[in-house]
Amino acid sequence: MARLDDIDPHMRQDLIELECPRFESQPWVEGAPLAERRVAIISTAGLQRRGDRPFAWDAGDYRIILGDSAGDELVMSHISTNFDRSAFQQDMNVAFPIDRLNELATEGTIGSVARFHYSFMGATAPQEMEAATRHLAGLMKDDDVDAVLLLPI
Amino acid sequence: MSGLGHYLEQEGLATTQISLIRLHTEKIKPPRALWVPFELGRPLGAANDAVFQRRVLLAVLGLLEAEHGPVLVDYPEEAPAAEASDMEGWVCPIKLAPPPKPESPDGQLAEAMADEMARLQPWFDLAVETRGRSSLGLSGVELETARAFLLSFLGAEPAQNPLPALKPAEALRLVYDDLKAFYVDAATAQPGKASGREMQEWLWGETSFGKILFALRAKLLAAEDKDLRLAGKWFLVPSSQWDRAP
Repeated sequence: MARLDDIDPHMRQDLIELECPRFESQPWVEGAPLAERRVAIISTAGLQRRGDRPFAWDAGDYRIILGDSAGDELVMSHISTNFDRSAFQQDMNVAFPIDRLNELATEGTIGSVARFHYSFMGATAPQEMEAATRHLAGLMKDDDVDAVLLLPI
Repeated sequence: MSGLGHYLEQEGLATTQISLIRLHTEKIKPPRALWVPFELGRPLGAANDAVFQRRVLLAVLGLLEAEHGPVLVDYPEEAPAAEASDMEGWVCPIKLAPPPKPESPDGQLAEAMADEMARLQPWFDLAVETRGRSSLGLSGVELETARAFLLSFLGAEPAQNPLPALKPAEALRLVYDDLKAFYVDAATAQPGKASGREMQEWLWGETSFGKILFALRAKLLAAEDKDLRLAGKWFLVPSSQWDRAP
């Protein structure tokens, strides 16, 4: 369905014409085997804890999600009405797979799961999220994270 | 999303990601990406299918062990919900009265929406009990207040803003999101595999709430307040439904 041909014509045209940032370099960080990695999630689904500040139009800031208490308090304040939310409403793991990640850690497929995870609101241009993203890199290193799973919506 | 991969990797953190719009990923070239053929809004493919989610997750995490990049790999499986839905089609199991005709007297749509919400309430309650969570809570106001505030934009003057710290357009978006979440939580309380498009067809095509959203969109597109015009244009009706006849 996320094939362009399957998306309605109005949105498809916007997606085709969307200006994407160009990067001069191609950074590549190597690391330990997967079984030793500590993994954090960054979502652009506009996820937040219930009661936290909803994302605003063109928001470049982020919200913190506690991995061990996401279940009953995770809601979505993304501004777009064009993508499906019904699956997320039934099972947050379809967009924020914290239960699956914890299972992989328990069985030893990955090393561990970060304590903190983060969400942006992906209707914002990436450049507007750059400063906050670089700031998050430091926070995640403090949490011993060495692998980041990026999930769009 | 792909831009964030560049920034983090420049800061020394390895990343891997799901790609939903392959064209964008091809242009931005993040270090590691798994393109998936799933609906927007479902990066792991399917709700309540831990086995499928696990396979997708292992595929995207496995890219962390690639020797060099950038890596862009296509996930080979379709989402199971989409396949089942294509064959059978999803029908909302809760029977609602058909929405009033567009030429109906003022107030009928509002009454019809109140009736819908009363019929949906037990299914919403069941969904919350089953899942241990609801999807409400962005606005923090009661559903009746949310409905009244939303409906008031169809009148001459909007009602008093229940979220006075926010602009009316922003408050409208949040109460709309809560009302939409209520409808969808209720409609999905019974097991079923509705695609996102089927859910949109139901909400905007078969409910009085949907008819109200179309009417509201038409009104706000002509509003003097620029924020309300934006809300009308982008927030209330998905682009897949814009061409639907009233």
